[in-house]
Amino acid sequence: MKLSAPLTFGLIACILLVSAPHAEHLPLWVSAVCAALLAWRAYLTWGGYPLPARWLLLGITIACVLAIAITFRTLFGREAGVALLILLATLKLLELKAVRDATVLVYLSCFIIITNFFYSQSIPTALFMLFTLLVIMATWVHMQTGALALRPRLRIAVVLLLQAIPLSLIIFVLFPRVQGPLWGMPQDAYATSGLSDNMAPGSMSKLSLSDAVAFRVTFADQAPAREQMYWRGPVLWDYDGMTWTRGRNATLRGPTLTDTSMPVEYTVTLEPHNKRWLFALDMPAKLSIPAELAPDFQLLSRAPVNARTRYTANSFLSYRANPEEQPQQLQRALALPPGYNPQSRQLAAEWRAQSDSPEAVVRTALAYFNQQGFVYTLEPPLLGLNGVDEFMFGTKQGFCEHYAGSFVVLMRAAGIPARVVTGYQGGEYNDLGGYHIIRQADAHAWAEVWLRERGWVRVDPTAAISPARIQSGLSSALPDNSALPFMARNPPQWLRGLRLNWDTLANQWNQWVLGYNTERQFAFLTRMGMEDITWQKMALNMLAGVAVLVGVFTLLMLRRLATRKTDAVQAAWLKVCRKLAKAGLPRAPHEGPMDYAARIAAAHPDLAADIYDIAARYASLRYGGETEQEGLAAFKDAVRTFKL
Amino acid sequence: MFAAFKQKFRNWAFRRTVESGTVVLNQRRIYILPTRQGFAFAFVLVLMLLGDINYNLSLGYVLTFLLATTGGISMLHAFRNMAQLEIHAGQIEPVFAGETARFVFHFHNPGNLERHQIHLQDDDGHHIVFDLPAQTSTPVQFDIPAAARGWLDSGRLTLHTEFPLGLFHAWSYIHFDVRCLVYPKPAAPQPLPAAAAQDGSGKSPAAGDEDFAGLRNYVAGDAMPRIAWKALAREQGLQVKQFAAFQGQELWLDWSQLPDIATERKLELLTRWVLDADVQGLVYGLRLPDGEVAPLHSAPHRAECLRRLALFGANEP
Repeated sequence: MKLSAPLTFGLIACILLVSAPHAEHLPLWVSAVCAALLAWRAYLTWGGYPLPARWLLLGITIACVLAIAITFRTLFGREAGVALLILLATLKLLELKAVRDATVLVYLSCFIIITNFFYSQSIPTALFMLFTLLVIMATWVHMQTGALALRPRLRIAVVLLLQAIPLSLIIFVLFPRVQGPLWGMPQDAYATSGLSDNMAPGSMSKLSLSDAVAFRVTFADQAPAREQMYWRGPVLWDYDGMTWTRGRNATLRGPTLTDTSMPVEYTVTLEPHNKRWLFALDMPAKLSIPAELAPDFQLLSRAPVNARTRYTANSFLSYRANPEEQPQQLQRALALPPGYNPQSRQLAAEWRAQSDSPEAVVRTALAYFNQQGFVYTLEPPLLGLNGVDEFMFGTKQGFCEHYAGSFVVLMRAAGIPARVVTGYQGGEYNDLGGYHIIRQADAHAWAEVWLRERGWVRVDPTAAISPARIQSGLSSALPDNSALPFMARNPPQWLRGLRLNWDTLANQWNQWVLGYNTERQFAFLTRMGMEDITWQKMALNMLAGVAVLVGVFTLLMLRRLATRKTDAVQAAWLKVCRKLAKAGLPRAPHEGPMDYAARIAAAHPDLAADIYDIAARYASLRYGGETEQEGLAAFKDAVRTFKL
Repeated sequence: MFAAFKQKFRNWAFRRTVESGTVVLNQRRIYILPTRQGFAFAFVLVLMLLGDINYNLSLGYVLTFLLATTGGISMLHAFRNMAQLEIHAGQIEPVFAGETARFVFHFHNPGNLERHQIHLQDDDGHHIVFDLPAQTSTPVQFDIPAAARGWLDSGRLTLHTEFPLGLFHAWSYIHFDVRCLVYPKPAAPQPLPAAAAQDGSGKSPAAGDEDFAGLRNYVAGDAMPRIAWKALAREQGLQVKQFAAFQGQELWLDWSQLPDIATERKLELLTRWVLDADVQGLVYGLRLPDGEVAPLHSAPHRAECLRRLALFGANEP
């Protein structure tokens, strides 16, 4: 069968719908070429022109493949593969003549939908997928039914999907989940955003512009005060005059916490960020998933976090951390690149000389930040070679990374072991869902100094300059005209409510749909009352559920295959007979309706009028050829009101 | 060799006797298997599932399961598309060899669901596609070329559908006891043999002796010169002039009088003469080696003569 124009337009719509979400991340030229090719095909179909010659298509195909190879430097990565798939599907459409070949395009469309899930699996993506699937189904049915009109075609597609949805739900819940991956995953399979393992001026402020969710936290009991919520991430030790990096820990001995109090328990749902670190409140003590607790209290997962991860953590808000620190580690915490920032080192040396204790030096430094006209801003001026000196005595404008970095340099210059800690601070409470949302915009850097007897103590110099940042968040700490993400400012109340509503929904979606892995499945099925869960049992239950549902569908469908109007008449008459049989007057098999009525009337004169009426109506409907709807309705009425 | 074996296996596995009356397609008569495209789709689904597991794509699972269940449920729809159809065979007009036999089957769709894209085909590749609206009876004409005279059996017909997605092939066999009578192909026009009176006086009607007696409707095989072109011009349809024969004159179309030609040629010639004699309004009889039909002039008589010619040499009457 030749491809008809409406079917061609349907296929164009399919390709367009499945590739449209990819336009966001594909190179512009791929989207442009696809759009041009689809428009070309539409134009040819619309005007009834012949398809382009084979050699021309072959030329375009080779050119496209070459262009992809040049753009991506490979043909097999995720991005290159998706681009190739979309271009080939579009080109296939240009040479498609027979309906039979269109099946390939439909399958290809389904496959391209799934590649989009690498980038987004949000609720809008899911809804868009359903819509796309409906269009694909309607086109698919069109391929089989030829000249059928659009409306019945759509109806068939809708029925198919509506029946498939409950079946899929059963399978989704019960299909035994295998913990992936089955084979090595290409590193580019995941998007990355979030904290990196180094800190240079500008890295934190760049992150602050992102509204994206870093993780969500549910506290088991009372949430701690906002000023206490320091979510510990990478700990940075090494400084080269410009950039802070993690370096290597000089010891393998695990960290020790003593004199702990104020325990908190909470569950973190971490968005994938493709790095190993996990986040926990200062100071973490226990974690529900296998992870390494480094000597500097940094939590590291075994493998990069490339799927949404849930874990429960226990922390102590009051503690003494490593009061007995290894000498090698203290050595690291004092190292400074020689020659840089002479003025700052001079200043620190003066402070040290004037003070009687390290604590006093810390207080002096914080007072200095507070009183010397420092400004907290997202857009600090650029700094040169001696960055700390320029910042301390020149620009005096900076973001948290400037303050934390400078503070640690000053402390080290003063002979106090110190290090930079990066992570997140604060979080927005969603009272609908009862959890905190921590966004990339909450990224923060602070310092830790090691004091004899007290161990590592957190010092946040940003709090000295801008207490508002710590107490109520970024938006209140910055002037109104700074380039914050729209939502990080103080939006109107209704908008904020809407956003929290949406986030609650998204969180549920993440927890129950996207995060439905082996553990979740196990927990859910246990809660549903299943015992001794094995994959065989799940598979059996799944098959049973599917079978029952398919049975119900079959019954419903087959019932519609043979419906006869006369049955209603017969059913009503039988109802009367049953009523009378119960009263001890069953109808004899040989008795016709009128004879039966006569016998009833003789036995019960009070019923005579009614039963004669019913019998007469029945006879006329059944044998008299009366088929009018009204006659049937009146008969049914008479039956309903008939009482003994 | 393999094809022959397959055919044998099918005949054995799906053997059905010839049926009469109304056939209802119930679940025992409907077979379903995946098509090649169905297998290809399953392969695509397996690839998708592997991708879902490997990349931990929850929404990918959702899509894969949706597609899989849609595909699976389409099997039910394919079955439903054929189930409970009531079929009976209609009357078939005899045709001449070389024409097309028009078998008619009445498909009744008792339910309130429309049936789409039902294919009807025989083993020789004749094929039609039709839709059946809800709660109606639809006559479906199935054309088979009639090559040779005698009974033409419709043979076993296959009723199948791949609606709605082409993933499953549902089919059923129907074999009705309907056959089409195929008359021999009329030979090229030839002058009629000399008429003979019933008493054997041998008086022959001369050309031009005939009187115009009226018009009757055209039937296949009528001679071109007999067509009433004027009537056609008056938009009275295709009609043929009939002429009254002289009383007492009878024409015997006699097998034994024919020259020594092949049997089939003889039958074709006799067929031609029967048609011509009927058009000319003659009273004619047919004498064959296995019996004779007494002279008469009527439509049933013509049909009987043609039937004898069609079934000449066949065992059954």
